[in-house]
Amino acid sequence: MLKNRFGGLLFQLIALALSFGVVSLILISIGASPTQAFQNMFRGSFGEIRKFAEVLVAFVPLLLVTAGLLVTFSAGLWNIGVEGQIVLGAIATTWVYRYFLESDLPPALIITFAILGGMIGGALWAALTGILKVFGGVNEIFGGLGLNFVATALTIYLIFGPWKRPGVASMSGTVPFPDEFSLPLLADLRISPWALGIALVAILIVFFLLQGTYFGLKLKAVGKNFRAAYLLGIPTWQYLMYSFLIGGALAGLAGAMQVAAVYHRLIPSISSGYGYLGLMVAMLINYQAIWAIPVALFFAALNIGSIQLPIVMKLDSSLAGVLQGTLVLFVLLMEGARQKLMKREQTT
Amino acid sequence: MTQETILIGLAGILAASAPIVFAVLGETLSERAGVINLSMNGTILLAAMGGFAVAYNTNNILLGFLTGMLIGALVALIVAFASITLNQSQVAVGFVLALTCRDLSYFLGSPYMGVPGPRLQAIPIPILSDIPILGVLFFRQDAITYISFIAIILAWVWVYRTRPGLMLQGIGEKPAAAYIRGANVNLMRYVYTVVGGALIGLAGPAFSLASRAGWMGTISGLDGFGWIALSITIFGGWNPIRGAFGAYLFGFLQWLGLVLQPVLTQVPSQVLQVAPFPLMILTLLLVNIGNAEWVERTLAAMPESTRKFFAKLLRAMRASPPAALGVPFERD
Amino acid sequence: MNVELKNINKHFGKVHANKNINLTIPSGSLQGILGENGAGKSTLMKILSGFIHADSGSEIILDGKTVKMNSPADAIKYGIGMLHQDPLDFPPMKIIDNFLLGMPGGFFPNRKKAAQDFNALQKEYGFSLDPDDYVDSLTVGERQQLEIMRLLFLGVRLFILDEPTTGISAAQKEKLFATLRKFPEQAMTVIFVSHKLEDVENLCDRVAVLRAGELVGELTPPYQTKKFIELMFGKEVTLGERQSAPVGEPTLSLRNVSLEDARLKIKDINFEVREGEVIGLAGMEGSGQNLFMQACAGLVRPVGGKILLKGQDLSGKSYHVFKKRGVGFLPAARLEEALIPGLTLTDHFILAEEPRGIFIDHAAGRALTEERIQSFNIRGTPLTPVESLSGGNQQRAELALLQNPLSLILLEHPTRGLDIESVIYIWGKLKERCKQNASIIFMSSDLEEILQYSDRVLVFFSGKISQPLDARTTSVEELGELIGGKGWAEVGDEHA
Repeated sequence: MLKNRFGGLLFQLIALALSFGVVSLILISIGASPTQAFQNMFRGSFGEIRKFAEVLVAFVPLLLVTAGLLVTFSAGLWNIGVEGQIVLGAIATTWVYRYFLESDLPPALIITFAILGGMIGGALWAALTGILKVFGGVNEIFGGLGLNFVATALTIYLIFGPWKRPGVASMSGTVPFPDEFSLPLLADLRISPWALGIALVAILIVFFLLQGTYFGLKLKAVGKNFRAAYLLGIPTWQYLMYSFLIGGALAGLAGAMQVAAVYHRLIPSISSGYGYLGLMVAMLINYQAIWAIPVALFFAALNIGSIQLPIVMKLDSSLAGVLQGTLVLFVLLMEGARQKLMKREQTT
Repeated sequence: MTQETILIGLAGILAASAPIVFAVLGETLSERAGVINLSMNGTILLAAMGGFAVAYNTNNILLGFLTGMLIGALVALIVAFASITLNQSQVAVGFVLALTCRDLSYFLGSPYMGVPGPRLQAIPIPILSDIPILGVLFFRQDAITYISFIAIILAWVWVYRTRPGLMLQGIGEKPAAAYIRGANVNLMRYVYTVVGGALIGLAGPAFSLASRAGWMGTISGLDGFGWIALSITIFGGWNPIRGAFGAYLFGFLQWLGLVLQPVLTQVPSQVLQVAPFPLMILTLLLVNIGNAEWVERTLAAMPESTRKFFAKLLRAMRASPPAALGVPFERD
Repeated sequence: MNVELKNINKHFGKVHANKNINLTIPSGSLQGILGENGAGKSTLMKILSGFIHADSGSEIILDGKTVKMNSPADAIKYGIGMLHQDPLDFPPMKIIDNFLLGMPGGFFPNRKKAAQDFNALQKEYGFSLDPDDYVDSLTVGERQQLEIMRLLFLGVRLFILDEPTTGISAAQKEKLFATLRKFPEQAMTVIFVSHKLEDVENLCDRVAVLRAGELVGELTPPYQTKKFIELMFGKEVTLGERQSAPVGEPTLSLRNVSLEDARLKIKDINFEVREGEVIGLAGMEGSGQNLFMQACAGLVRPVGGKILLKGQDLSGKSYHVFKKRGVGFLPAARLEEALIPGLTLTDHFILAEEPRGIFIDHAAGRALTEERIQSFNIRGTPLTPVESLSGGNQQRAELALLQNPLSLILLEHPTRGLDIESVIYIWGKLKERCKQNASIIFMSSDLEEILQYSDRVLVFFSGKISQPLDARTTSVEELGELIGGKGWAEVGDEHA
C-alpha cells in the first residue's frame, strides 16, 4: 500500500493537512482566526480581476525559475545560485536597454534584444557556478550562494554608482525606462500577456525537453548515476554545464521579465526571492514538470493574497512564506517517514 | 583619528562580531560531526525575534538569551531528525528551514517592530579595564561579548584538547573508524547538531538584545548574516580559532565600509560586506585545486624553489572539510 | 585467550555467508584462515570482532564463557581487536591523536604521557614512529604498526589481521611477522586471514580453510601446498563443453605498459589479445586486475607504454574515445556503476542507441526493448525499473546494452552472484560475439569459470602478472597456487 502512487499521495495530503494545521495553531496562538486569515488570503488573490492579475505577475517569474530549476535538478544539481542568475538577467536586460536608449530601432526589436540579453546574462552567471564546480570542484551550493551575494552587491553598486539617477542615488533603483520599452500590458492591469505566454511556453519546452528528448533522458541519467552515465557514453561534465546554462537562461529570463514587464528599471531587490521560492516549488512538485503550473500558481497566490493580511487583520504578510515553508518541510518529513516504513516492511 | 577612537572602534568590532562568532562556532561543531545545518539564516532571525519577545515580555534578558538558544536547538533538532533518522537530504531540510524560520520570525515579530526593549549594558571589568589598549578592547564589553570570547577558547579547547573533542574529530573524518573505537556515531551527530544549533540560536539575541537591540523585521538588516556565517565557517576551515578570526575579519570589513562611506560615496557598504563569499569560494577552490591533476603537473614543471613556495602556500591556505560531511553512517 | 566459535551462521538476505562454522583456537596460537574471495572469511572475522551480529544460535566462547558482543567497542572490552585491510584510522590527524582516540582516560588527554607510553611500547617491538607525524604520511606497514600498538595498549589479547600483507614491503612484512611471533609468549592469540599461501605457511602454526561459507579443513605443519589448494578451490568440475572461436588478427596490444594506482604498481606489461580470443584474469581482489582492465578501457591512463587498438595508438585517450573505437566495458557493481536506478529498461536501451533526431520515439524504443528482452531472455517488461530486476536479469540487460559490433569487451566479474543457468546463458551470448571476431577480457573469482571459458589466462598477484597460461592445459591447482603467490619463479613475469 505504501509503495504505490496512492500511498505517496496519501502521505502528501497528510503533509498538506499538517502544514495547514500547524499554521492554524500559530495563528490561534497569537489570537487570530485561521479561517478568517485563509479567507482573506483567498480573497486577496482571487477576489477580483485586478488581484488575480497581480498573482499572474508573481506567477511569471516563479514559473520561469521553476522551469529552469527542473532542468538543473534533473542533472542532480542544487542550483542555489538561481537568485543571482535572476539578478544578472535583470542587470543584463537593463544594460541592453540603456545601450539602446537613444536608438532609432523599433521598440519591439529593442525589447527582444533586452530579453535575450537577460537570458544570456543569467546563463553566463550560472556558467560561472558551473565552471567553479567542474574545474574547481567547488560544490554548487556554496558557489551559487556566494555568487548570489556578489550579484546583489553588483546590483547595488550599479544603482548607486554608474547607473544612478541624476542627482541623488536612490534605493528605488535606476531611471525608469520609457514606456515603449516595456512589454505591453493587458488593459490597465499590471500583467503582460507576453510575459505570461513566454512563461507558459518555457515550462512546456522544459516539460518536453525532459520527457521527450534524448538530451532530457541523458540529463536524467547524469543526475541519477553520474558514473554509470559516463560509462554508458554520456559526456557527463558537459551535460552539467548545459544544465547550468539552461537553468541560468530561464532564471535570467525571469529577471528580464521583471525589468521589462514589471518594474521597468533595475531595483535593488529585483529578484524578490523568487529564486529561493522556485527551489521550494521544485522540491514540492518532486521535480516533475507536470505539477509546476498549479503549484507555482498556488505559491504566487499565497504571496499576493497575504498582502491583505497587514491591511485587514494587522498580520504580517510573511504568513505566506510560513505556509509555503511548512508545506515543503512536512512533505519532506512525510516522504522520509514513508520511506522508513517501507524499509521496515521489507525487512520483516 | 585618535588612538582612543580607533581602539573604541575596534572594541566595537569585537562586540558587533560576537553574534557571528557564536553562529560560526555552532556550525563548526555541527559540521565537524558531519551534519550541515543550512538553516542558519532562518534560525538566527527566529531566535533574535523570539529572544527579544521573551525578554521584552518577561523583562528578563537572561530568559531572552535562553529562548534564543532553545529555538536554535529545536530547529537543529529538526535538521538532525530529518537527515539522520529519516535519511532525507540535509541540504533540502536545512534550506527549507532557513526560509521558513525567517518568514516565521517576521510574522510573529510584527507586533514587536520598533518597540524599545531590554538591552545589555557594557560591564567594564574592574582593574582589567584600565590596562592600556587591551583594557579598552577586551574588558569594557557587555556580558554576551565576554561570553563570546570565552566560547572561542572553550570551543578550541573542546575540539583539540579534550577526549570527547578528539572523538568529534574522528566522527567527522571517518565514522567507521570512530565506530570501532566505541563512538555511537548517530547519537553524537544528534548531540553536536543540537548543541551547535543552540550556539547558532544564541547569535539571535546576541543581536536583538545587544549590538542591534530591538526587532526591526525586514529592515533589521539581520537577513543574510546566517549565510555569511556559513561561508565564514568554511573559510575558517572547521577550526574554531580560524573561524572566529573570519568572523572578526568580516566585522572589520563591515566597520571599514561604514568608516569609508563618506569617502567613497560611490560605493555603498554592501559591496565590502560580501567579501566573505569570494573568500569562501576561494577556500573551497584551494581545497580541491590542491588535489587537481593540472595543478600537480604545473607545480612539477616549476623550478624547485618556486614549487616549494607554492606548495607551502597551498598547504597553509587549504582547509579540508571533515571527510564524512553530509555522508550518512550506517552499520554494516 | 582461548576462542571457540560454535555453530556460527550468518545470512545476508538470502545469501548464506557463514554455514555452521565450528572452530576452536587455543590460546597462544598463530591461527591462519585461508580462503578465496567470497569464502566467508571477512564475514566470520567481522562477527568475531563485534562489527556485525551472527544469526541466532551462533555462539562465541572466550576462555570458557559465552560472550555477547554488540559492537567493536564491546569486543575490545573482551580483548578482541581487528586490523582491517583498509586501515580504519584518521589520516589528517597526528599519530598520537590516532593512538589516543577511543582510549579510556581523563577528560583532558595528556599527550606528553601518551607519547611516552607510546615510545616505551614501540621500543619493545622495534618500531620507530614519531608520535607527532601525521598518519597520512605513513606507509601501510607503519599504519599497521600504529594500530597494533593501539590495540595492545587497550589490552587486546586476540589480534585478528585481515589480509595484512597486501601492500606492504618485504621488510615491513618481516617486521610484522617478528612482532606477531612474540605474541604467543604473552598468551596472546593471532588470527591471520590471508590468501597468500607462503605467508600463511611461514607464520601460522595452525590453518583453517574456508570455502563457500563452510569450514572445509584444519591443518597443522608440515604443510602441503597442494592440500591447501585442494581445500580452497575444490576439485575440478566441468561446465559442459569448451567452445573456442577461431583466432584472428590482434585486437588489443599493450607495449611496455606501466600502471599505477594508490596501492599498486604494475610494470612493463607486454600483451596481445586477438580477435575471437577470451582472456581470463585470475587473482585475488586488489591484485591488479581492476587496474589492468581499466587501462584497457581507457578509464585509467598508463604511466608508461603504449596501448593499441586494432593498430591505432590510443594511449592516453579518454574512455569515450575507446568506446567509440569499439571497446565495451561492463563494471561489476551493477546498480552503482553499470545501470541507472530510477530509469526503466526502455530508458537504458534508448540511451545506448545512437540518437535519431532530438525527440525520442518512445514507441520505437519500447519495440526495441521488447526485441532485446526476447533475444536476451530478460525477465522484465520494457517499463520495469532496472533496480527491480534480479541480478541475473540485470546482467543480461547489461549485455544487451553493449553495442554491436564491438572489437573488445571488458567484463568485471560478469557472473558474480548468478545462478548456473544464467552463467551458461550469458557465456553463450558472449561466445557468439567471439564468433563475430570480438575479443573478450574478463575477471572472475571462480576458477572453474576462468578455465572453462578462457582461451588464455593471466594470473595477478601483488601487481605481478603471470605468463599467459593455456586454459586447456592448466589445472585448478596450478591456478590456485599462482593466486596464492606460489610458483611464480617458474612461470616468471609477464613478457609475451
